[in-house]
Amino acid sequence: MIIMQFLILGAALFSLGVYGVLTRRNAVLVLLSVELMLAAVNINFVAFDRFLGDQLAGGQIFALFIIAIAAAEVGIGLAIILLIYRNRHDANVDNLDLMKL
Amino acid sequence: MNALFANATTLLLAAEDSGEHAETVLADGGVLASAAWLIPVVPMVMAFLIVFFGKRSPLKGWGMAVGAMGFVALYGTVLFGIAMFGDAIGYQGAISIGDVGTTTVEGTTSLLHLEWGWMVDGLSSMMYFVVGVVGLFVFIYAKSYMKGDIRYTWFFASFTLFAGGMLVLVSAPNLIQLIVGWELVGVASYLLIGHYWEDHENSSAAIKAFLVNKVADVGLFIGAIMIGLSVGSFRFTDIMDVVSGGGGTPLATVAFWAGVALFIGAMGKSAQFPLHVWLPDAMAGPTPVSALMHAATMVTAGVFLIGRMFPFYNSPEYAEEMRWIIVIIGSLTLFLPGLIALVQDDIKKVLAYSTVSQLGYMMVAMGAGAYTAGLFHLFTHAFFKALLFLGAGSVIHAVHSNNMSDMGGLRKYMPWTFWTFLIGSASLAGIFPLAGFWSKDEILASLAYAGDNYPVDAGGEALAYTALVVAIAGAFVTAFYMTRAVSLTFFGGYKGHGEPHESPKMMTVPLVALAVGAVTAGWLNIPGVTAYFTDGVNAVFTAPGDHHAESLNYGLAVTASLVGLLAIGLGYLLWYPDKETQQERDTFRIPVLYPLLVNKYYIDDFYMDVIVRPIRGPIAQAVNWFNGHVIDAVVNGVGFGTKALAKPIYAFDQRGLDEAFNVTAAGTAATGTFLRMFQTGKVQQYAVMIFAGTVLLVAGLIIF
Repeated sequence: MIIMQFLILGAALFSLGVYGVLTRRNAVLVLLSVELMLAAVNINFVAFDRFLGDQLAGGQIFALFIIAIAAAEVGIGLAIILLIYRNRHDANVDNLDLMKL
Repeated sequence: MNALFANATTLLLAAEDSGEHAETVLADGGVLASAAWLIPVVPMVMAFLIVFFGKRSPLKGWGMAVGAMGFVALYGTVLFGIAMFGDAIGYQGAISIGDVGTTTVEGTTSLLHLEWGWMVDGLSSMMYFVVGVVGLFVFIYAKSYMKGDIRYTWFFASFTLFAGGMLVLVSAPNLIQLIVGWELVGVASYLLIGHYWEDHENSSAAIKAFLVNKVADVGLFIGAIMIGLSVGSFRFTDIMDVVSGGGGTPLATVAFWAGVALFIGAMGKSAQFPLHVWLPDAMAGPTPVSALMHAATMVTAGVFLIGRMFPFYNSPEYAEEMRWIIVIIGSLTLFLPGLIALVQDDIKKVLAYSTVSQLGYMMVAMGAGAYTAGLFHLFTHAFFKALLFLGAGSVIHAVHSNNMSDMGGLRKYMPWTFWTFLIGSASLAGIFPLAGFWSKDEILASLAYAGDNYPVDAGGEALAYTALVVAIAGAFVTAFYMTRAVSLTFFGGYKGHGEPHESPKMMTVPLVALAVGAVTAGWLNIPGVTAYFTDGVNAVFTAPGDHHAESLNYGLAVTASLVGLLAIGLGYLLWYPDKETQQERDTFRIPVLYPLLVNKYYIDDFYMDVIVRPIRGPIAQAVNWFNGHVIDAVVNGVGFGTKALAKPIYAFDQRGLDEAFNVTAAGTAATGTFLRMFQTGKVQQYAVMIFAGTVLLVAGLIIF
């Protein structure tokens, strides 16, 4: 059973997600990048599930949970971003520094 | 609580135990007597309750005080009623407190037993009745008299303590408890005489009363210790057992001096010449205090003490020989202060000197061996003297002055006060058939009897007859000064300011009630007709065995009455007729006598110059020196030491502690400034840090 290829894919996808989170200025794109990181994690779960031959298929089930939670998270995240945009006419994360001391 | 009373021992003394003197069979009295410990306890507890809760109670403490006194009055009336008309109760209850110290009697060493107890016999029942009933009326009266007083609640607290202390005293079955009650009365009287302490004169009067009493108390202590140690017990019944057992005991050897010492104690509280000086000054207190003090509570304590110890004074093997001292002191007391009353302008002082004189009558009766006569006079005197004081208070309330030169003609303005005051005066003057007549007559008859049968052989007869003559002369003086007081106060023209008015019902009703007592109290003991009082007070453990006249001594009664009427007639001629010249007539002067009386026989000056100043002078100087050189030095040294100690502490505070705080603060500030750099508010920078941190952690995990 091959696993290396899936892990490399997952790592690459995760790194892309991290890069996107750290560099994108648009909040929507930051959210999208988070989704990339979650997808990378899902790939890892499914790959290890098959590799280890889990009888209960725990990795696949966990991947399903993550997809469901990610959907919810995107729903809430987009709603927040939308409200911020409506109030400030701006979705640039660099300008959202109200928590600065 | 239960354990406490389970511990109580009840001592019943049957007639056969108390020797041949006992004529009445004593019954135990059942629950009524065994619950009589409530009589002193209720007012004592109530006094403290008033201190703590009086101000919040609806009647500001008055209701609580009257409640306690009402209880005592009711209980005392029932007990004394039974003592007089029913079976004689003789009950003695005690709660053991413990053994303190040792005593050696005839080679055997035993522990001195301390106990708190209560006695219910004729003597104490009579006192419960007098304190309760007279006290109740005075308390009711005090409500409107004290209205608006700044220390209204406190007044009733100390007033209740005063009555409660007296009840502790009269309920005492032993000398120690008697002393406790004695001192409680002393303390309460100090508080009450100095009630208006803002005035320096009043607080001085309170201190004077306390100190004079304290001087006499030394006698009481010495007497109590002599008796207690030689008997091996302080309990009256034990002492009387020794006395009734005959002579030759350790007590008999010290009896004379123990009797003298106890009598000195009695002289202080009962204001006997020459220790009477505190009583007239005690007028500084509010009038209800004077009324209660002079009638029921304080001054009767000395007579009560002699009455309680009477067999001791009545037994030839014991202190009978010192009774001639009591007769002399009593005779001086009944005559000399009575004369001072003639020149006093303050109506309360007239009554105060009259009280001193009446106490002399009681003492002289005790000295002549007439236990019943002395107590009977105490009993009737309580009613008419309380009445006179409350009447004087009513007058003072109306004219706002104590001086009779500001009164006059009040008969028309204050009819209730006038008539009751008149009844009280007539009773005091011994007018037939009022209470004072019967009790004074009994004392005169006892003196005459003692003249015939006086046990002190040498000169005893002459002494008793001299005392009789002095007592009759005293009756003249009494009637004379009361006529003067009544004339100057109620007759003639009004000399004060404003329009006097009758006092409220709250004050006149007690006057009427006491007036009824002042008329009828004497009928309890008419020689040959009634002997209720004699039966009552003779039902005692301490079995006195005195002389009680079986029939009226007509010669003496008529003589005394004529003397009294003569005095009233003379007084009437002198002071009544002409309202314009009434005051002028009052200022007539007899050359030598007048200065002597005005200066109260120079006794106060004597005490001041011979005792107080010589002692006070050097002591004051010594104390001043001690204060300046020793106490000040100590205080200065402490101050200097503190200052010296403070310097390094100050330096440490400034240089050490402050520096430490500053450094800590600066460090915190620097840390904060450094950490601020990371708080940019940029979410992505935070994310970078999180990732960097994660990477570092994972790297560390892998490497190590």
